[in-house]
Amino acid sequence: MTAHVRRKTILAFLGPAVAALVLVGIAPLLYAVWKSLHNFNLTKQAQTKFVGLENYAAVLTDPVFWQAMGRTATLFFISVPIQIALGLLIAIVLHRPGLTVFKTLTRLSLVLPMATTYAVVGLLAQVMLNQKYGVINQMLGWVGIDPVNFIGDPTNAFIGVIIWDIWQWTPFVALVLLAGLSTVPPEIEEAAQLETKSQWLVLRYVQLPFLIPSLVAVLILRTADTLKLFDMPFTMTRGGPGSATEFIAVLIERVGNRQFDIGMASAQAIIMLALTIFLARLYIRFFYREVN
Amino acid sequence: MAAPVQRRALWAEGLLLVAICAFCIFPFYWMVTTSLKTQVVALESPPVWVFTPTLANYWEVLFEDKVGVSLINSIIVAVCTTTLAVVLGTPAAYALARFEFRGKQDLWFWFITNRFVSPVVLAFPVFLISRELGLRDTHLALILMYLTFTLPIVIWICTDQFRSIPRELDEAALLEGASQWRIFRSICLPLAMPGVAVSSILSFIFSWNELLFAYILAPKAAKTAPAMAVTFMEGYDVPYGKIMATSTLIVIPVLIFALIASKHLVRGLTMGAVK
Repeated sequence: MTAHVRRKTILAFLGPAVAALVLVGIAPLLYAVWKSLHNFNLTKQAQTKFVGLENYAAVLTDPVFWQAMGRTATLFFISVPIQIALGLLIAIVLHRPGLTVFKTLTRLSLVLPMATTYAVVGLLAQVMLNQKYGVINQMLGWVGIDPVNFIGDPTNAFIGVIIWDIWQWTPFVALVLLAGLSTVPPEIEEAAQLETKSQWLVLRYVQLPFLIPSLVAVLILRTADTLKLFDMPFTMTRGGPGSATEFIAVLIERVGNRQFDIGMASAQAIIMLALTIFLARLYIRFFYREVN
Repeated sequence: MAAPVQRRALWAEGLLLVAICAFCIFPFYWMVTTSLKTQVVALESPPVWVFTPTLANYWEVLFEDKVGVSLINSIIVAVCTTTLAVVLGTPAAYALARFEFRGKQDLWFWFITNRFVSPVVLAFPVFLISRELGLRDTHLALILMYLTFTLPIVIWICTDQFRSIPRELDEAALLEGASQWRIFRSICLPLAMPGVAVSSILSFIFSWNELLFAYILAPKAAKTAPAMAVTFMEGYDVPYGKIMATSTLIVIPVLIFALIASKHLVRGLTMGAVK
């Protein structure tokens, strides 16, 4: 039926959106690729010259770049499993019948962290984690833990970023998984619950297969967002102390915006983008085969 | 036997729910109360929980520190980019939902991939281009760049919304001799309004929250609220009360929008990646 639409019609519907995204998405990207092939520093524009793949070679052999990548990966591998575990727990509790009013309220409060301006999360982290004036250290004091210098110590600053990443994104994971749980046909779930009292068995054999698309979504989105992560660590620590919380996007911003080396920053950004797309495709291929 | 056990389980569940709520909400409580403290009270160690609140921080940041102006900039940018995304995105979503053509899958994938592109990839080339074109520090530069994420959101949510509208409706209209544009405008778009509303709210939230483009592309005149908040941290004497007052002003609108769309927010966020 619908296959008989003329090309002109299709073009009229899709053309404007495609043109807009080419203009703001593809054109700058090509320009970035072009700049990445140059030795281009804003403060030394007279010395700009074409250097081919030199920037890429420099980035790929630069320990600073790999350290930032390593930090980004470390953050991902620590905080995402925690987010999935806590998120699954929350989703299962919310999915159970009963206490409806409470659960509606909980669901509403879960929406708040993930909508919060990421830069504000960084500011909140600064204020609440402060060694002297911070409320989190006050609370640690109540259970007998000495004040922790969260912002000034490299390891603790990294832990601080993890804590706030978990605060902001666990609710997101929980709500995505909750949506996944609601795709389980109720009659199958009820039948399983009659068969066994073990919540674990129900989860593993009945609910998990229905959760896989949600888990893939979580992994893809969390991967992309961790690689993008800039606002929160930037406002919290500016990547410091030293370079303890300099994640990949923070590093690129520093090289381009604070060292004015746009050629190098572009090469780093292109490599990161390639990695993002590669990982997203990998997830989709790997997990969707599992489902089908 | 069973009843007390069940009651205890219910209590445990209730406590867990309260803990989850507290975990989510406490930072906001602390943000708002700190914004009502004077600098002297804010720098008490250990922090005080009971104090005489004052609105002084709000007056100062709104009128002396130009946070008011930056909030207006944020509103202009977020509203314009959302409107533009809806105008451009809904016809595209309709085409993806209804028409068959070669390369549709690739096109869909490309739209969605934009969600994954880090702003840091585009920020520097756009910085150079906007400088050439005289667009640096203008609302327009931000409005256009925010399309990189608002347009994919509108397309991805509205495509699903259009797919859920029964095709019989279009086919009946087609037999009556209506054009595709007419079917889109008069039949499908009104029925897809929930999707349009949800994607508009999400677009608004994401544009409002954006920092990196704003920080690099709009340093002064078009400075948005999140970029403004960052500059407070640059001095030696960190004004906690003022920072939290600014934060509160920035966060309140998005929280309200998020609560309005809370039911759809989940649906909206899962849609794209879960086909």
